[in-house]
Amino acid sequence: MDPSRKRKIRLIVALGAAVLLAGALVYTSFSGSTPSLQPSRLTATAQPGQSYELTGKVAAGSVRKDGDRLSFRVQDRKGTTSVPVTYSGAVPDPFREGREVIVTVRKDGSTFVGEKDSLITKCPSKYKAAGQQS
Amino acid sequence: MATVGRACLILALAVAVYGVGASLYGARMRRREWVDSGRRAVYALAALTTLAFVVLEVAFLRSDFSFVTVTEHSSTTTPTFYRAAAAWSSQEGSLLLWVWLLSLWSSLVLFLTRRKMRDLAPYATAVLLVFGAFFSGLLVFLASPFSTVALAPAEGVGLSPLLRHPSMMIHPPMLYSGYTLFTVPFAFAIGALVVRRVDAEWITATRRFALAAWFFLGVGIVLGARWSYSELGWGGYWAWDPVENASLLPWLTGTAFLHSLMIQERRGMLKVWNASLILATGTLAVLGTFLVRSGILDSIHAFGASTLGTPFVVLIAILVVGSVALVVSRRDALRSEHHLDSLLSREAVFLGNNLVLVGLAFVVFWGTFFPLISEAVTGTKSAVGPPWFDRYTVPLSLVLVLLSGVGPIIAWRRATASNARRNFAAPVGIALAIGVLLAVATDAASRPLALGMFVAAAFVIATVGQELVRGVRARRAMAGGSIPVALVALVRRNRRRYGGYTVHVGMALLFIGVAASSAFQHARDVRLSPGQTATVNGYQVRYDKPTGRIVSRAGRLERIEFGAQLTVTKGGKRVADLHPTRGYYPVNAPFVPISSAFDGESTSEVGMQAGLTKDLWTAVSPDISRLEPIMKRGDQVFRDEGAKLSAQDYVAARSAALGGLVRNYVANPPPATFRIIVSPLVAWIWIGGLIVFTGGLIALWPAPDGARRRATAGYASRVARELGRA
Repeated sequence: MDPSRKRKIRLIVALGAAVLLAGALVYTSFSGSTPSLQPSRLTATAQPGQSYELTGKVAAGSVRKDGDRLSFRVQDRKGTTSVPVTYSGAVPDPFREGREVIVTVRKDGSTFVGEKDSLITKCPSKYKAAGQQS
Repeated sequence: MATVGRACLILALAVAVYGVGASLYGARMRRREWVDSGRRAVYALAALTTLAFVVLEVAFLRSDFSFVTVTEHSSTTTPTFYRAAAAWSSQEGSLLLWVWLLSLWSSLVLFLTRRKMRDLAPYATAVLLVFGAFFSGLLVFLASPFSTVALAPAEGVGLSPLLRHPSMMIHPPMLYSGYTLFTVPFAFAIGALVVRRVDAEWITATRRFALAAWFFLGVGIVLGARWSYSELGWGGYWAWDPVENASLLPWLTGTAFLHSLMIQERRGMLKVWNASLILATGTLAVLGTFLVRSGILDSIHAFGASTLGTPFVVLIAILVVGSVALVVSRRDALRSEHHLDSLLSREAVFLGNNLVLVGLAFVVFWGTFFPLISEAVTGTKSAVGPPWFDRYTVPLSLVLVLLSGVGPIIAWRRATASNARRNFAAPVGIALAIGVLLAVATDAASRPLALGMFVAAAFVIATVGQELVRGVRARRAMAGGSIPVALVALVRRNRRRYGGYTVHVGMALLFIGVAASSAFQHARDVRLSPGQTATVNGYQVRYDKPTGRIVSRAGRLERIEFGAQLTVTKGGKRVADLHPTRGYYPVNAPFVPISSAFDGESTSEVGMQAGLTKDLWTAVSPDISRLEPIMKRGDQVFRDEGAKLSAQDYVAARSAALGGLVRNYVANPPPATFRIIVSPLVAWIWIGGLIVFTGGLIALWPAPDGARRRATAGYASRVARELGRA
């Protein structure tokens, strides 16, 4: 075969593969992602049985420990709407009231149940923006 | 002192801006003295930022709380070792570290190339100084490390205890060295494109800097993983967190660049690709810094909104648009001197490795930025989790490891059947035999991808082993000598090649560790009272007794530590005594002197027995809620009676009260929650990492002139041989 034609075919095959991979990425990311919401949006949209990534800060005075189970309320970053969350299992070190957290939750009745190992607490001081005190 | 620091930064900004102008003017007008002056501006920038950094370090070491950033990130109870590191735990301090490292590396490269590449060097100088000016500008106008208060507080907030880990001392400087070193080849690529001198000279001149960048960034990433594993109390080493990903992105494209530049050096191919890769890498390095600093993505690290977002977005937009425009406008000069002869050739394998690495980078990029992408497309911020990343990165890594075995032993230009038989028979045989053995003797076959990774890694190690055996044999036939002597001589003759092989072996081991520990890990969260036992993967973990102690430094409370004494047995035999603890750090709250001792950060110290075959990993979360009523009573007593005590008695009474609290916990311990993990082969991640870095050092080490000449002669004869065979 003529070498320049061979190169063209190779290029088309390579580009085709790249497009396929990119298509798969786009498709799976949109279909497989969990919406990440703050409490005010979550209360408005949550459907039972569906997973959501809840972000916000732990409301002051809301943390209760009941044996292995932890219950607390997550509050909008700027605002007062909050939702109750229960969580079982080990909690990350920096977890405490007033901290920003990310947790994957499912709606169960009026509360939200955290998925095991999904709780992330943001590292508070290291990359704190200027002027913010924790 | 703060005035000196501020003055340094203002001068640094002025010098950088001047240097950009002088370099560009000198290059346009062909005035050598202006070009030299521009280069000297880089040296001046280095001197000024060094001074500023020293001022900041001294303030931290002396606990000079008139500096706002010292108050916010350090304290007298912070150990000296960590006080020095606290300087770069602040936003301002880390930006200063960035520009300081940038100026040092820039000075080094410009000094080394001062008599070379006179046409493109001034443009590279200008690019480096633009970065210098940008970061000094941020330090002068938006995030000054030298803001002071007139009345210095007596005590600082302290370095976050989570960061009090030796690897945190070196992790940020390593990452930042990596980021800033990548700006060096980036700048020279821009210079080369501007003056249309796109032969391999700029690559040869900056290759070592790209390699050093890759090296430091890699060390930083592994240290970060190690820190996460031993400090964060969750037992993992990688979470696909945006900040982790931000450091991985330039590392991936940088790895691709280090491979493809060899093809440009040897065959004059892939020029567009190389230029684009290094431009992307430099941009990703800045993007990485930005992600950490801006807080636009939800991450463990990034916290809150920062004022630095807009300037960074502008800089990154300029970098992207400028890079694309340069490559497109210079595409005629970037035409290849040769074409790919065959898909079965080393060039093609390198190209394949490049595509996989860039594919990986794209996957990581897409997943990291997906919250922003989905918000732009659907209006709702959505995130993809680790399973999404794993779905793509696992198979791609598998291909990557396989290619890293194929690459070094396949012929340049065109592989022949005899070449394949000669080079592939033994390694493929060994790898398949190991695969069959693992499938029969262990349960590895239950996780096909993990088994595939073991086989691929075995193949890589076997190929390198074969190359070493052949090299040593040839060397002994030529020069005699014992095996170790011949091996050392062999490696010394061609550090770049054998350094690369060492890196491949290290990566193969690292991937074995990752595959084994993620596929065959056993983890349990259990709640135990003293005397109770939990079983994890055949190991009986018994909670013997609680522990408690008060740690003071220079007469002040540093932390209160509760822990657990654990005995691990297997089949009745004692295998380990572990002692996980959790430290509670105080906050400064005079009205609640007792409970404030627990109100600060708390952090796990894991109890771990690391071994070559597996790690036993434990962390404890003591339940201190039972102590809360006692603390409240204590606070009340101190509020009522504390005023009557002298300062000295007050301190004594408080430590007596805290001591009583600790004894109370130890005497009637409530059940504690444990996380227990049995993880196979984790140690090989760290060992593999060490081998990778050894290989990097071998490749980085400057070769003596004589050896380089001999290696080149040897290379020429080898090419001649291979061409003869083809």
